[in-house]
Amino acid sequence: MRFVVVVKQVPDTAEVRIDEEKGTLIREGVPSILNPFDEYAIEEALRWRDELGGSVIVVTMGPPQAEAVLREAVAMGADEAILLSDRAFAGADTLATSNTLARAVSRIGDVDVVITGKQAIDGDTAQTGPSIAASLDWPQVTFVGKVRQLGDGVMVAERYVEDGCEVIRASLPVVITLLKDANTPRLPSLRGKMKARKMEIPVWGIDDLGLEPGKVGLDGSPTRVVKVATPEASSGGEIHRGEPGELAALIVDRLLGGEVE
Amino acid sequence: MNYFLSEELRDIKELCAEIAEKYIIPARAELDEENRFPSEIMKVMADSDLCGIYIPEAYGGSAEMFGGGSLALCVATEELSRACGGVAVSFAANALGAMPILISGSEDQKKKYLPLLASGSRMAAFALTEPEAGSDAGGVKTRAVRDGDHYVINGTKQWITNGGEAQIYTVIAQTDPSRGARGLSAFIMEEGTEGFSYGKKENKMGIRASATRELIFEDCRVPVENLIAREGFGFIVAMKTLNRSRPGVAAQAVGIAQGALDEAAGYASQRVQFGRRIDSFQGIQFMLADMATQIEAARALVYSVARMIDAGEKKYEKESAMAKVFASDVAMRVTTDAVQILGGYGYMKEYPVEKMMRDAKITQIYEGTNQIQRAVIASALIKETAGGKR
Repeated sequence: MRFVVVVKQVPDTAEVRIDEEKGTLIREGVPSILNPFDEYAIEEALRWRDELGGSVIVVTMGPPQAEAVLREAVAMGADEAILLSDRAFAGADTLATSNTLARAVSRIGDVDVVITGKQAIDGDTAQTGPSIAASLDWPQVTFVGKVRQLGDGVMVAERYVEDGCEVIRASLPVVITLLKDANTPRLPSLRGKMKARKMEIPVWGIDDLGLEPGKVGLDGSPTRVVKVATPEASSGGEIHRGEPGELAALIVDRLLGGEVE
Repeated sequence: MNYFLSEELRDIKELCAEIAEKYIIPARAELDEENRFPSEIMKVMADSDLCGIYIPEAYGGSAEMFGGGSLALCVATEELSRACGGVAVSFAANALGAMPILISGSEDQKKKYLPLLASGSRMAAFALTEPEAGSDAGGVKTRAVRDGDHYVINGTKQWITNGGEAQIYTVIAQTDPSRGARGLSAFIMEEGTEGFSYGKKENKMGIRASATRELIFEDCRVPVENLIAREGFGFIVAMKTLNRSRPGVAAQAVGIAQGALDEAAGYASQRVQFGRRIDSFQGIQFMLADMATQIEAARALVYSVARMIDAGEKKYEKESAMAKVFASDVAMRVTTDAVQILGGYGYMKEYPVEKMMRDAKITQIYEGTNQIQRAVIASALIKETAGGKR
């Protein structure tokens, strides 16, 4: 079974400070770490590989220094690592990022399962995983808390959602995004750390992936971050009691009257 | 201070620091309070390939990668001890138990036992001390009598670190009482051997996460192939083992001291009295400066001796004793001062320094008391002087 784990290097949010005037994150001097949710994704892939055989290939898109998180994954036990890095990839939103990552999965070939953390702790969008699945036209199962069964072309997983647990059977290949409930990530091993330090990590750019410039990076990104701001905490609120009909009328009046934004 | 550790040695340090942060620090107070052996943490260390760092590659270890294994073991033990001296000794006592096999074992014995220890699937312990044989190791009363292709062993070993947790024991017993220390022999004994049982588990002042237990031998039959070296070589095997393992105790002491300094310096930078951080008072500053300087001096000595052993130097008894005596005395002083700097808080169990002070004490006692170490150093010195060597 061939697993691809998609990971991201993120600023350590425990160390992040906020520029009070601009309302933005101060990134300078903040250590970069492996996205914590992705550690669980790596662990899940390693466990199933240890049980079923096969290989775990870890992939990230980012600047050259992002290979540090790939080496961490190799130290934990991943077999191979690929860095997607090219100036053309810079400024990508989740769509352009997932296009690039999906193309890498296709190029790797014969992949059975793509696993990634449920979201990255910097952007918190939780879009990249699902978007990779859409781009590949594969089934996806998000917010997986437990993979029950894997093999013979089928995966059965528990998906933890707000009001309960969905048990989902999906055909392979599949993309899953993982919650922290799934496992306890292992520490790196000494042999793994040594292998990680010596490993040559291939770097794939836009030409290696055969992507057009308009599909990646800033040019391939239909969304823009216009402003990052802390919303004002809402206070008070009104409570009305009455018959459903009356209350609905009250709400409609208020909405139409422009009193509520 | 930069000791120019190789990348491989830095890997060990990093890994141990990670284990300390994720597993040891959150558990240490409870392990101490409950006198509980850290089985889960031992498993993590085994999974991280740490158990074979002092064992040659031919027997499943990785010692060559670190230039021999002595410094590797010191680096690992120091970093683990920074978090908990009790957990660290449970790890390091494996090396002590393995050392007689490593130093004097036959090829068959090495092939049979060392890979099990290198993988961490088994643990080891060294059994020398008895109720009446502590500093005077020659006074061992445990008897081993040859009976065909077996030895029949009777006696009791006391205060055995990893006792009851290890599966492989190296035991010193008397094969010829008329010859005293020269009548001692070393044996490998496996858990489950008929007549081998465990006695009382000790309730200790410090290193309470570690298991310290009695071993009882009642007509315990050990096959002759488990004799290490030859009959009568037990004392030499034991002395060589301890010479080799003492830098490990010294490294444990350095780690405990460093952990205490970290706590004291951190506390002094936060604690405000008379409207000022207490590390702005010269009284505290000088204490911290002395603690840091003593620790660095101890570390430099320990690493130098470990490097000497790794480089293949044959005679290091004196230096090994010096490292142990100096580092353990430093650990006792530094941990006592750390408690002093934390004041009333330092005396409370909510803060880790009182435990560090309790843990530090044993490093002045076990694997040869510091008085015995000084005797060893003095005897080497007198010999050197008599021989005109300077």
